[in-house]
Amino acid sequence: MALKQTMGRRVGLTAAAWLVGFLIFFPILWMFLTSFKTEGDAYAIPPKFLFFQWTTENYVEVQARSDYLLHAFNSIILSVGANVVGLLFAIPAAWSMSFAPTKRTKDLLMWMLSTKMMPGAGVFMAIYFLFLQAHLLDSRWGVGFLLMMANLPIVVWMLYTYFKEIPVDILEAARMDGASLSREIIYVLAPMAVPGIASTMLLAIILSWNEAFWTLNLTNVNAAPLTNMIASFSSPEGDFWALLSAASVLAIAPILILGWFSQRQLVRGLTFGAVK
Amino acid sequence: MATQQTKTAGRLLVAPSVILLFLWMIVPLAMTIYFSTLNYNLLNPDTRSFIGLGNYLDFLSDPDFIGALENTLILVASVLVLSVGGGILVALLMDQPIYGQNVVRVMVIAPFFVMPTVSALIWKNMLMNPVSGLFAWIATSIGLTPIDWFTNYPMLAVVLIVTWQWLPFASLILLTALQSLDEEQKEAAMLDGAKAVNYFFYIVLPHIARAVTVVVLIETIFLLNVFAEIRVTTNGGEATTNIPFRIFELATNANDVGGAAAGGIVAVVLANIVAFFLVRMIGKNLEA
Repeated sequence: MALKQTMGRRVGLTAAAWLVGFLIFFPILWMFLTSFKTEGDAYAIPPKFLFFQWTTENYVEVQARSDYLLHAFNSIILSVGANVVGLLFAIPAAWSMSFAPTKRTKDLLMWMLSTKMMPGAGVFMAIYFLFLQAHLLDSRWGVGFLLMMANLPIVVWMLYTYFKEIPVDILEAARMDGASLSREIIYVLAPMAVPGIASTMLLAIILSWNEAFWTLNLTNVNAAPLTNMIASFSSPEGDFWALLSAASVLAIAPILILGWFSQRQLVRGLTFGAVK
Repeated sequence: MATQQTKTAGRLLVAPSVILLFLWMIVPLAMTIYFSTLNYNLLNPDTRSFIGLGNYLDFLSDPDFIGALENTLILVASVLVLSVGGGILVALLMDQPIYGQNVVRVMVIAPFFVMPTVSALIWKNMLMNPVSGLFAWIATSIGLTPIDWFTNYPMLAVVLIVTWQWLPFASLILLTALQSLDEEQKEAAMLDGAKAVNYFFYIVLPHIARAVTVVVLIETIFLLNVFAEIRVTTNGGEATTNIPFRIFELATNANDVGGAAAGGIVAVVLANIVAFFLVRMIGKNLEA
């Protein structure tokens, strides 16, 4: 009796949770389905959910209309490049704060965090002006540098919380054996910290990929990543829903998949270790 | 025990990041403060002159700014209430003993990974379009008149889109917090015959209070900066122009460097009020 009741309750809760999950996920599913429709089917009333003429022509069209490959290339270069360079600054900094802390380490961490709070819009004018003078508008170097700086505090923080979990004794043992500092970091610390470094990179790449203030305002054509390509669909001519959907699927698929893998680290990274 | 040598090395290694971040903060900020005291228009760059607090007075007495400030606060507050309230409910549901929790989790978190320009355009066109959108079809099928979202309720439409993007974040963080609730405490409450409502208010809510605060503060930082969603849906307008968008307009449409800079400083001050509390919250955790 009691068991039956618990089972019934569990099935009911499961149905409710799946329904809520489905509703939240639905816009993405709808976009995915629409990307395989003809424009006529995309606008059909009543909507066609599964029974329509499936076609992949939209995906071909995206490349022809908006040079998908260029923007995808920019997205990859910017989000991966900016954060790989960022790591070169962040790993030594995180090593220092985790294994050679001083009285001021905590203040330093807090201060780094506070630089992340500066709103992009607040300093937009200054950055725009600097970029204009330095001919960095619509340049991969320029916007790449911005993305790196925007993420650096998060990257240092996340690495710091991971490094803290590595026992300092192991590093000291290496030191006793006469390993130099660079060897200690590269051969002892880095291999142990690989999972932490990987999750940090994953989160940083996701954030850069979706960053849409600097990329919309400081890039135009040559350096424009996918955020910008999609924005160009906001003033459409004619029927374009299927095309928009195909472009959107192409723009979010890589990061959605990466994101699903990294969701557990995400909580830690996005709350700066405050919720684990 | 850190030796003198490691200490020196530590300082050297942390220096590049600190110097970079310091420049990244101080250079634009100093420039912005400087610009904000100038009458400086890019169309007449030669006539720039010092006008003290003139831009601030203009910006603060400008009805467009007051409107933008109101819109910013409406947007931030509505999304916070909807995403945190909804997030608690979703997290509570996911924390129940359900089948396939991982699948539900994957579905719930997905919108967080969708870039802002994509979510805004998909919602605006395929869901909210008053003629061929899915919502219009649902409304018609149950005998209601479809809502013309962006004509009649542009702010509500933007709020819904942004909420959809942030609900997953709130749900995921709060679920993580819920899962750390002690099983024994749950069982003890059950054995004592605690009512579900009391259980929620006296045990669950205090337990996740800290996580809720963190979610609220982090979301606020991002929500003060909402830009792309407005740019690609309404492109401004009286009802949805927020402070970031107003600054963007001043800078690009009016070429008003001084005005945009003054607006920027106002935005920095707003964000800092929130940051002040957030940084302290996280700092406390660092000691624990």
